[in-house]
Amino acid sequence: MITQYVLFVVVLVVLAFTIDWPKIQETFFDFKATREMYPDLFTVALKNTVIYTVSAYVVGFVLGLVVALMRLSSVALYRWVALLFVEIFRGLPALLTLLIIGFGLPVALGGPVPGGTVGAVAVGLGLVAAAYMAETFRAGIQAVPRGQMEAARSLGMSYPRAMFSIVIPQGLRIIIPPLTNELVLLFKDSSLVSALGIAAAGVELTKMGSDFAINTADATPFVVAGASYLIITVPLGIVVRRLEARQAKAR
Amino acid sequence: MTHMVEIRDLHKSFGSLEVLKGIDFTVDRGQVICVIGPSGSGKSTLLRCVNLLETPTKGQVFVEGLELTHPDVDIDAARRRVGMVFQQFNLFPHLTVLDNITIAQRRVLKRGKAEAVRVAEENLAKVGLEGKGRSYPAQLSGGQQQRVAIARALAMDPDLMLFDEPTSALDPELVGDVLAVMRQLADEGMTMIVVTHEMAFARDVADRVVFMDGGVIVEEGSPDRVIGAPEHPRTQTFLRRVLDPTHAEPDELDTGHPHRGLTGEESPDMVKGPSRHGGEGAGAGGVGAL
Repeated sequence: MITQYVLFVVVLVVLAFTIDWPKIQETFFDFKATREMYPDLFTVALKNTVIYTVSAYVVGFVLGLVVALMRLSSVALYRWVALLFVEIFRGLPALLTLLIIGFGLPVALGGPVPGGTVGAVAVGLGLVAAAYMAETFRAGIQAVPRGQMEAARSLGMSYPRAMFSIVIPQGLRIIIPPLTNELVLLFKDSSLVSALGIAAAGVELTKMGSDFAINTADATPFVVAGASYLIITVPLGIVVRRLEARQAKAR
Repeated sequence: MTHMVEIRDLHKSFGSLEVLKGIDFTVDRGQVICVIGPSGSGKSTLLRCVNLLETPTKGQVFVEGLELTHPDVDIDAARRRVGMVFQQFNLFPHLTVLDNITIAQRRVLKRGKAEAVRVAEENLAKVGLEGKGRSYPAQLSGGQQQRVAIARALAMDPDLMLFDEPTSALDPELVGDVLAVMRQLADEGMTMIVVTHEMAFARDVADRVVFMDGGVIVEEGSPDRVIGAPEHPRTQTFLRRVLDPTHAEPDELDTGHPHRGLTGEESPDMVKGPSRHGGEGAGAGGVGAL
């Protein structure tokens, strides 16, 4: 125990004397040069990041639920299509999917994507999110005891009615923590949007950081952008841990 | 007159395991049928075929003259007339007791909210649980939950009620309340098919007792005959084991008969059966008669 503390202190001391602190501060924490980032950092970049995230999440949620129901269908064709979907969009890098949609969709549609950049991002990142969320939904639905569906059907409910009134509400409760976690992941993946050539009004946090980094010639704008992500992801992470703890207790 | 239930040459297999091997039987309006038999005999599967929770492999099922096994039948409409009560209650845990009883009335029968609530409260009173509407299932005892499940099925105004071992998952002291509700229902003239290990109930309430073993009906008739004076050796052995489990003969021990416990649908609860009848005069009489 004591040796571990001693080791920790030694490492700290060594680092403190070997690192060129002024240089570090100048490179990463030179906040004077980032004044110009405000207030656009919040009013434009953070806002756009949230918009991209939420729109992709909505697409992912709805599409993921559909794919999960297809995976559980008694029709073999639906199961195969759903499995193919999940394997493809879980297997591809999210950036690649976003690029394919972002550059390919306007060409395929012969014009701009409805909703502009937001529309393209909602589809591109939404497809990836849907693949992951479909598996989460499937697990949640399967965690609901079979007797629930049987009881609902024995009362004369149709399969879809029983699914939406009885099974899915119970399944959703079980998977609230992983669904919230998916929101955190998607929030971070929205930085991939910076790889699409986007107009100034569509700038999100990472793109804004890199734009300003060219002017300041140091990494401070990235640090500022990173701190802005943490404003959202750290509280969300706490929420996820609380939800998980509450469920562990309920069991 | 059409039978309430008519089953013709019913077969059901799960993979290579044949659970029902040709069942024929009928139930008339107002009758109470108790189905008894060892675990894995196919009695629960038979019950689940009556409302097509299990799809028969072969054969026909008619309810009030309508063939449920016909490919074009509207099974959801047919099930509205058949209530079912499960061993594990299967209440909806995310809904209050009142919502459990109103949700199908509203979504399936399209009753208005006021009417659905009125019907729900009537049926809650009937099972002795007035005022429990706002509780959640987890806040109730097993016996109360099962009575809510009965009220939920009754709220749909069924013509026929199916009971799949309704007391097998209950603590012994809670069994009586559920049986009392079922007895009252029988007295009111409800048509009922009851899969049970409660021999006293079967003897007292049933119009006809059906003994199943190995996927066939071995013996059926009045309770006095089937429980009181069974003819078939398999019925005799079964009843002796159920009614007097502490005196099983060493040469009768379960040697892993192929049809026993394969489906895992039933708990080995029947061993406890007779002890529950301690306080019920009719049950004790049944034991004595053997």
